[in-house]
Amino acid sequence: MLEEKARLSLPASGGPGAFQEKAGGLEDRLPAPPGGVRRRLRAASRARLISTVSIVVFMLLWEGVVRLHLVNPLFTSSPTRIAAAFAQMIHEGSLGKDLRVSGSEFLLGYALAVVVGILVGVGMGWYADVAAALQPFVSALYSTPRVALIPLLIIWLGIGIWSKVAVVFLVAVFQILISTEAGVRAADESLIRTAHSFGANDRQIFTTIVLPGAVPFLIAGLRLGLGQALVGIVVGELYAATAGIGYEIAVAGETFQTDRVFVGIAILASTAILLMWGLRRLEMRFESWRPQRQGAGR
Amino acid sequence: MTSKLEAIDVTVRYENPRTGVVTLALSGLSLRVEPGEFLGVVGPSGCGKTTFLYCVDGLMPLSGGRILLNGRPITGPGRDRAVVFQSPSLLPWRTTLRNVTYGLELQGTPLREALDQAREMIRLVGLEGFEAYHPLELSGGMQQRVNLARALVMGAEVVLLDEPFAALDAQTREFMQAELMRIWGETRKTAVFITHQINEALYLADRVVVLSHRPGRVKSVIPVNFPRPRELRVKRTPAFLHLEDHVWSLIEEEVRGGLRSAADA
Repeated sequence: MLEEKARLSLPASGGPGAFQEKAGGLEDRLPAPPGGVRRRLRAASRARLISTVSIVVFMLLWEGVVRLHLVNPLFTSSPTRIAAAFAQMIHEGSLGKDLRVSGSEFLLGYALAVVVGILVGVGMGWYADVAAALQPFVSALYSTPRVALIPLLIIWLGIGIWSKVAVVFLVAVFQILISTEAGVRAADESLIRTAHSFGANDRQIFTTIVLPGAVPFLIAGLRLGLGQALVGIVVGELYAATAGIGYEIAVAGETFQTDRVFVGIAILASTAILLMWGLRRLEMRFESWRPQRQGAGR
Repeated sequence: MTSKLEAIDVTVRYENPRTGVVTLALSGLSLRVEPGEFLGVVGPSGCGKTTFLYCVDGLMPLSGGRILLNGRPITGPGRDRAVVFQSPSLLPWRTTLRNVTYGLELQGTPLREALDQAREMIRLVGLEGFEAYHPLELSGGMQQRVNLARALVMGAEVVLLDEPFAALDAQTREFMQAELMRIWGETRKTAVFITHQINEALYLADRVVVLSHRPGRVKSVIPVNFPRPRELRVKRTPAFLHLEDHVWSLIEEEVRGGLRSAADA
């Protein structure tokens, strides 16, 4: 009832300005005009088509120059040779073991890095004392090329998977830790003040404002750490291992089996692409509130 | 009858943690706000208007004096007061609906209940249909409505508004003033409205307090007797313009005084 009356009295008290604001609001609320959506979809499928064609052309050229004896396949291999080597390796049965070994090194090391990186990053971002206590170690280790620690790790942990788990952990953890810390620090002061004004306690401020605000930073850290983790596996296995994709690449390289080297590279590349895609999906899930950015960024 | 809100000889000093410079923001400020009254507070920029508001909300400690709410001194934020901040300060990852429930959730209201109250308040501020929108998808005026709804839904006895329309364009601002009048007319809370725009204060308020230059204290209190409900065109009547001119001259004196004392220092 009251509301009805208020609405009726609006034009009298609001004047013509009243309807201008309303009209402006309505414009804001409308999603992009249908034509725009269709155009964007068309642009997306067009981009996908161009990418596919570009890959196919590259593969054909690669295969072509080898078939025409323009280059020596000992150096470049070729798509069909790589496919054949892949089939051969599956047949031999070693590939399954390599994947299992490298996969567990990656999963254990990266999972540990994620847990430790997020926990310590949050601790350092939220408590100044924790930051003061750990900062020297983080800075020192972060700036050291951590692959230099591999000989030590192997002395400590042997040439089995645990030395590689440690390498993966060490190269990935700092990216995650530092990004998380920055995200926690970047919490919006005006939002914190608002929460205080509503009587929020520290725990509530942390869970409702600081943590959600840190998510984009955190995911960026996960992505950077992921790239590092894959580097970690290969470098660790190149140095000393008895199985794994990196080990396979090292052995094949030393015996000039280029095709097999490329199989290893292809496996690493597709794993990386798959995992990055997964993280991208995760990011989009958490960032659905952010209006779609324009432009060629993605 | 006791006042709803009473500031007695309020003094606030704060230190810049980086430079160590101590600022005396308010000195001997005293005023009263009666139940259901809409009080406007104007003053030269930097006079401590916002500082005073934060003190009333309990976000800032007093260096001297007291602020009483229903006769009891204020010690910190509480559910008897709610602030509408100058910037909308909405949680960007929450929808309109969940931004409005935010304060209620913090205070432990069951979500179902909070959602019902929030929907009601969203209707009152004219945002029906926008419940599922995120702040970045709303215009500045609409964001400020969400901010308003989030404060009003708390059911606080006193609503504190800190230049809520300062960032809006002139047209939207005028419209939001009329909207605030309408909403206030329905809720009849005690309101303290800080602004640097004199005609905004005169249009909205029952009384307008003019603060001195820093350190702020009350320079004069001006009753505004235009009948309610007020239409926006009251701003263009001779009586209104006369009053606006009067307040402007009071503030001008203070600005000049402020410049002089700054030059002496």
